[in-house]
Amino acid sequence: MKKYSAFSLLKNALSYHENWQKVWRSPTPKKDYDVIVVGGGGHGLATAYYLAKVHGITNIAVIEKGYLGGGNTARNTTIIRSNYLWDEASQLYDLSLKLWEGLSQELNYNVMFSQRGVLNLGHNLQDMRDIERRVNANRLNGIDGEVVSPERIKEIAPLINISRNSRYPILGASWQPRGGTARHDAVAWGYARGADALGVDLIQQTEVTGIRRKDGAVVGVETTHGFIGARKVACVTAGNSSVVAAMAGVRLPVESRPLQALVSEPVKPCLDTVVMSNAVHGYISQSDKGDLVIGAGVDSYNGYGQRGSFHVVEHTIQAICELFPAFSRVRMNRQWGGIVDTCPDACPIISKTSVQGLYFNCGWGTGGFKATPGSGYVFADTVANDHPHPLAAAFNIDRFNTGALIDEHGAAGVAH
Amino acid sequence: MLLIHCPHCQEDRDEEEFSYGGEAHIVRPLEPEALSDEEWGDYLFFRTNSRGIHHEMWYHLVGCRRYFNATRNTVTYEILETYKTGTQPTITGANL
Repeated sequence: MKKYSAFSLLKNALSYHENWQKVWRSPTPKKDYDVIVVGGGGHGLATAYYLAKVHGITNIAVIEKGYLGGGNTARNTTIIRSNYLWDEASQLYDLSLKLWEGLSQELNYNVMFSQRGVLNLGHNLQDMRDIERRVNANRLNGIDGEVVSPERIKEIAPLINISRNSRYPILGASWQPRGGTARHDAVAWGYARGADALGVDLIQQTEVTGIRRKDGAVVGVETTHGFIGARKVACVTAGNSSVVAAMAGVRLPVESRPLQALVSEPVKPCLDTVVMSNAVHGYISQSDKGDLVIGAGVDSYNGYGQRGSFHVVEHTIQAICELFPAFSRVRMNRQWGGIVDTCPDACPIISKTSVQGLYFNCGWGTGGFKATPGSGYVFADTVANDHPHPLAAAFNIDRFNTGALIDEHGAAGVAH
Repeated sequence: MLLIHCPHCQEDRDEEEFSYGGEAHIVRPLEPEALSDEEWGDYLFFRTNSRGIHHEMWYHLVGCRRYFNATRNTVTYEILETYKTGTQPTITGANL
């Protein structure tokens, strides 16, 4: 892999940027791999990268049915934070946040991580009590955060409406300055480039159609391009996790639902932070390009169609216009949906399964993007050692039978 | 936006009148205390989450306020039939 630097930019300018090395290879699949990662999104690519980098397992293939980072990695609203309530969740997300902080240097790829801070608004007394509890829990876990007044919110985001006369007045917020946004595609591309350089085969346009087992252990995967052998299969297929699990006779406690987002036309810089509100179901930030990036709530019904219902977007827009009256004249450019795999406790599953050599990393629901580096890191460790990473142990699939759920629903600013 | 036919009201109504009730035909165990943790967890949390034909409950929240079932394709979102609770679907993944 040729390193990206100011020097390489200069050098390639001399040849009109026509001789850049391809960012990754397009290899023909081998017959056999040590590990096959099913799903070439951010989490899958991060898993492959850390397997190769940290654990020295380089005989890996990532099998992707479409193109790299074309699923939820390309469809989310790129918000990064770690202010979750419970110890297990906040530590996992904060590991991720710490990895984000050094990711561009680690990957030699600009993921445009911008720590512009995240506000989670409270609109009634119970919201404020929950926010105070959560911020205190965060600080005990070494995670930055403070409870801020409406006046301070107005300083941070001057366009916001803090009038006490609005339908859902803003009474305060939690503020995590280390939170922010990153460039979604760059994360997938950066991990893909890094993994490829370490010898990982990235196989696109190849769909896994079956998981072959022998004596209760995985021996490989059937694909649209034939059988590929593997000692371990790690599935990171987000919305399609239940479908892939069913191929191995495994059931998961996830339900796949549409989650929508939309962007406006590009406008001048006007919002240099991230504003989220659970109560009114909207979150908003402004991309470097100038688009207002808006996320809506998740649809109530199961679906795989990568689109949702119009009234959900409509309610979100109503909320955004109430929070930011100035945005009522902004025209929306594009709207889309992604399929999120929601867990009953709004926490992920990072786990071995009843099938030897088969691992699942799923159930991230509406908040997987922020976890991309940490998710890949602990999942790679779990797969490499056939034993849960200490931070992943609590996210074992067993918790749905033992009852040791980590109930982040509503507790931690999870928009739902 | 879904247009849902309520089998009680006999009318096609907007999705916003309804609330989703999750997978249908899940039978509550008669003796929960006799179940193992695996069986109880499976009843509470594990769903088919099928891609394709899905039988699910809907509640006509701002209409007749009664539950009914629907057979829906979770990829195209087409509702193939709605039927009253206690009856069986005529369209299943097996006979489609």
